[in-house]
Amino acid sequence: MEAYHGHGKEKESQDLPRVLLFKPPPDFHLFGDECFSSNKFKFLKAWESPLPLDQFLKTHAQSVEAILSSGGAPVTAETLRLMPAVRLVMTTSAGLNHVDIAECRRRGITVANAGNVFSEDVADLAVGLLIDLLRNISASDRFVKQWLRPRQAAEGDCYSLGIGSKLGGKRVGIVGLGSIGSLVAKRLDAFGCSISYNSRTKKPSVSYPFYSNVCELAANCDILIICCGLTAETHHMINKQVLSALGKEGVVINIGRGPIIDEQELVRCLVQGEIKGAGLDVFENEPDVPKELLALDNVVLSPHCAVFTWETFKDRQKLVVENLEAFFSNKPLLTKIVDND
Amino acid sequence: MDNNMDNNSNNIIVLMVCPVSNYLEQEIEKSFKVFKLWHFEDKEQFINTHKDSIQAVVGSAAAGADAELIESLPKLEIVATCSVGLDKIDLARCKEKGIRVANTPDVLTDDVADLAIGLILAVLRRICESDRYVRSGEWKKGEFKMTTKFTGKSVGILGMGRIGTVIAKRAEAFDCIIGYNSRTEKPNLNYKYYPNLIDLASNCQILVVACSLTEETQHIVNRQVINALGPKGVLINIGRGLLVDEHELVSALLQGRLGGAGLDVFEHEPDVPEELIGLENVVLLPHVASATVETRKAMADLVVGNLQAHFGKKPLLTPVV
Repeated sequence: MEAYHGHGKEKESQDLPRVLLFKPPPDFHLFGDECFSSNKFKFLKAWESPLPLDQFLKTHAQSVEAILSSGGAPVTAETLRLMPAVRLVMTTSAGLNHVDIAECRRRGITVANAGNVFSEDVADLAVGLLIDLLRNISASDRFVKQWLRPRQAAEGDCYSLGIGSKLGGKRVGIVGLGSIGSLVAKRLDAFGCSISYNSRTKKPSVSYPFYSNVCELAANCDILIICCGLTAETHHMINKQVLSALGKEGVVINIGRGPIIDEQELVRCLVQGEIKGAGLDVFENEPDVPKELLALDNVVLSPHCAVFTWETFKDRQKLVVENLEAFFSNKPLLTKIVDND
Repeated sequence: MDNNMDNNSNNIIVLMVCPVSNYLEQEIEKSFKVFKLWHFEDKEQFINTHKDSIQAVVGSAAAGADAELIESLPKLEIVATCSVGLDKIDLARCKEKGIRVANTPDVLTDDVADLAIGLILAVLRRICESDRYVRSGEWKKGEFKMTTKFTGKSVGILGMGRIGTVIAKRAEAFDCIIGYNSRTEKPNLNYKYYPNLIDLASNCQILVVACSLTEETQHIVNRQVINALGPKGVLINIGRGLLVDEHELVSALLQGRLGGAGLDVFEHEPDVPEELIGLENVVLLPHVASATVETRKAMADLVVGNLQAHFGKKPLLTPVV
């Protein structure tokens, strides 16, 4: 067998079904190589071969039935063409824009994602960014740490820093009341906020007011929180009109995807004071962030790390392993998007 | 605002002992004559000159009325503090002399609780640090580090009063497990009561200091409590700096015996221990837990309302003594 399967492996492992990995998941670096391991399958590690990918797949992956895509490694129609035995594409993300879903459907391939394993962390960060923004937490921490000199207490400079804004009683508009949006709503409800939402369809079991139009939602809230996925429909959905409807006292929090907001327009509104502030974990051209934002105290900037907690990575590893084991045992998967069984 | 006072009201002299806000000053000046102690270089001389005319003192968390001040103002009738904390006021002496005391409870409870949760998230999820990571251009070089999840964690609350109760309710929305320590166990609470603070600290990951500062509670969060909280533990203080042994806190953070801290208050404000400045696992705020436009106005209105009530011979709105 090929050298990259490793010397000294047990004979039994050669009979284990294989799962293709295009590139090493960040988990390997953080938790060690064994974090996704199982006695029910083994990994075929494409990056360990000197061959270019398509040749590698033609030579070694013809009987591989499952792909694990991590770090957004794309699963294209071309890749699938080179792997005729694939029946499962498993991704470690919740988002699926890097997987050619249509091609998977055509080929009868099941697609599974990481489900709701991240939702709590993302919701927590949305709330954290919002409180930080309204109460100037990052700005004040910067102030204290940069200026270790006695405060000009005589001038009562608590208000020279820019006094904060109360969260309770504010109207929160959630764009996308899915798994993440619902958790955000539950949290902010406890802070005394009133919740309303916009979604593709109204949710019958939800009592929060529904707005079929995101512009109308923005006009009726003080805080707009973007919790939806990025699709052709949601691209630049938060545009000049929506930001204008949100208004001078309004703030926006984005923990979805950068391109959902017209970033240039957002920057203009912030710089010109047409909205009050923003908390952003995502941007249109990560890791580039518009330089105008770097100078503003009324924004909180986060490097797309809403899911970067130890606990969630561990939960996700468990979920991935359980899904792959279920697949190879012909049992139902825990999370599925496209079911072609 | 109730201006139902007799014509001599503008002659009543109020001494503000520290700056609070322009709004408060303006509102007090509408009905009273105001002296601002911080405008006078020789404070002793000022007091000597005006001691027989000052009938009210207005303070805040920064300064109040200690024994010395109270003794030097024979005409003092009321101390109104723009804070809920009373640690800067010699309550016993006020009681003794029949001086009324009023504070500003309830109106700031939500904001203080919000900031406590904000600090927890800022520390656990490294929000301030990650904001710096973006602003400094570090993100272009690589991904940010791993952080710690908040949902589902165990939160211990020291002091289950007005503020502690509201903090607990917010933490519940994050599915946190709540425990608390208080002078007495509170009936009808669904949270686990720990009669011993060290036990609470041993059994929670995040300890929130939300009790009032009294002679008994000075340095209640000491070395043993901090060690019990441990290398993965986080201390949040939105109470008063003196509740925590700051020297022990600093050494625990420097030595890694405590995982992190979110602090809005310090022993000697506005001074902050220099050793904390470089620590990324610490978030430092300049005593802003009640600092929102809405709440500061409500607090100021309450101070003025109490003054007007007293001098209008009506019941105080929020009496303490």
